[in-house]
Amino acid sequence: MEAELKDMIDDLESLKRSLPDSSLHASINKLELRVENLAKMAMSATVRRSKVKDMSSEVVDSNPYSRLMALQRMGIVENYERIREFSVAIVGVGGVGSVAAEMLTRCGIGRLLLYDYDKVELANMNRLFFRPEQAGMTKTDAAVQTLADINPDVVLESFTLNITTVQGFETFMSSLRNKSFRPSKEGSGVDLVLSCVDNYEARMAVNQACNELNQTWMESGVSEDAVSGHIQLLIPGETACFACAPPLVVASGVDERTLKREGVCAASLPTTMGVVAGLLVQNTLKYLLKFGQVSSYLGYNSLKDYFPTMAMKPNPQCSNAACLERQKEYILAKPARDAAAKAKMEAEASSATECSLHADNEWNISVVDDSNPDSVEATSADALPEGLTHELPNADDFKKSPAPGPTDTSIDDLDLLRKQLEALNAD
Amino acid sequence: MEGWDPNTKSTLTQIPLLSTKAGPRDGAAWTQRLKEEYKALIAYTQMNKSNDNDWFRISAANPEGTRWTGKCWYVHNLLKYEFDLQFDIPVTYPATAPELELPQLDGKTQKMYRGGKICLTVHFKPLWAKNCPRFGIAHALCLGLAPWLAAEIPILVDSGMIKHKDDVSGSSES
Repeated sequence: MEAELKDMIDDLESLKRSLPDSSLHASINKLELRVENLAKMAMSATVRRSKVKDMSSEVVDSNPYSRLMALQRMGIVENYERIREFSVAIVGVGGVGSVAAEMLTRCGIGRLLLYDYDKVELANMNRLFFRPEQAGMTKTDAAVQTLADINPDVVLESFTLNITTVQGFETFMSSLRNKSFRPSKEGSGVDLVLSCVDNYEARMAVNQACNELNQTWMESGVSEDAVSGHIQLLIPGETACFACAPPLVVASGVDERTLKREGVCAASLPTTMGVVAGLLVQNTLKYLLKFGQVSSYLGYNSLKDYFPTMAMKPNPQCSNAACLERQKEYILAKPARDAAAKAKMEAEASSATECSLHADNEWNISVVDDSNPDSVEATSADALPEGLTHELPNADDFKKSPAPGPTDTSIDDLDLLRKQLEALNAD
Repeated sequence: MEGWDPNTKSTLTQIPLLSTKAGPRDGAAWTQRLKEEYKALIAYTQMNKSNDNDWFRISAANPEGTRWTGKCWYVHNLLKYEFDLQFDIPVTYPATAPELELPQLDGKTQKMYRGGKICLTVHFKPLWAKNCPRFGIAHALCLGLAPWLAAEIPILVDSGMIKHKDDVSGSSES
């Protein structure tokens, strides 16, 4: 476009020279000026900031990270720049995932992995992030386009696939295992997986992958009626996995029977989605940069502005085999964990001044631990705090094998069975 | 199972239940599960034929049995409406049900997710969760797809969203 405009100025110039009548020169000059203005506008539109090598805390208008690095000066975060080492995978780049991706991009996260199989539609425009001119693009492509412009420092990887299919799941797993970004990292290649999907099947697939990879993840959701949502931290073996108990939903706070359920066109609000994305990324930053208290479950009921919280222990009878393995490992690692906790307490105690001890203790008052750190706040899966309910029922116990029905065939060969069905299908 | 018609209930009790809890990534256990799926589908198809209520064809589209394709049909006002039917077996099967797709109806009804996945949330998902791993593909068709077709096809036909194939091709046989 720039070259085109430059050619146009040259053409105008030669036109001016070839014109014998100088009375037209004034209007040609005016045209030239306008073309020059256009050229300037085109220049500024394509300006993209160059990559930044180190995050600086220098307070100047041109530093994209000055306000973030100020978190260190304020004593909130010890080392903000560590954020550049972290990789976060975002599964589902919709109303919540795209906003979470933008927040992390603006925070200068090291690397983002994005997964979605959908396309941008005009029906998505009531939510944040995507623009109308991106309609028809895949959500992953559109997101990469915008995010790379916002912050070129972030390494973006996108995967256009459905993680619930066998093939998509394998690609998903291998992309999480890939450690080329930071080969020295222990475990998988990502620090956190954020589930921002809109259905149970995809959540269960993320749960399966994270249980198998022993990968900490956070789940998020917004209700179909757009007025409530939640975020949840899942650490395989340590907290309840997504299959340990039927999924929790925040009760809407109004009589369920008055809710209309016609069609599946879910309602959505940019506000609720933005709030949930904000809660999710806040919890992510606290988890990665180690500040504040990381929430294990935080609900949001917008009708009553009620935020229930809870913690859930894993279910020893969980139906997910990988979850049970992680639970076993977590129990086995308990002595090491206790020792580490003790060492940390001693280190803190030795650094603290001991002037609070009193010389005499007439009443034999002593300070005791009021709880075992492993059982803090954890409730069993069936005792839910007010405002939370289960979305699906538990599987019934069914120990005895089903009685063979009258039509049970003695054939036990897959090919024969397949042929038998084909024969039935043929007529 | 309250609220289900007695016909569906009695049909359901005759479809053999499955017992192997295995998904497509479970190797030999998945083969065992696949055999049980076939047995249940064969029994259900035979039952439909003998009751003169044949309404679908389904077969595995790959040797692993993770993708299934076929047809289903519904008779409304003495006219038969037939649709392609397809679905994948999810990696988390049988904890999660297959998402049944009718791609030809994509965008024609609200009770459908993108790509033609029919909505099973209210009438079927809780039943599936309660009966895991005893329900299989045959049960998903009986309790998920059949009631969906019975509820949606008459509305789609009456509202003109779908037309009978003879109306579309302009009575080619007369």
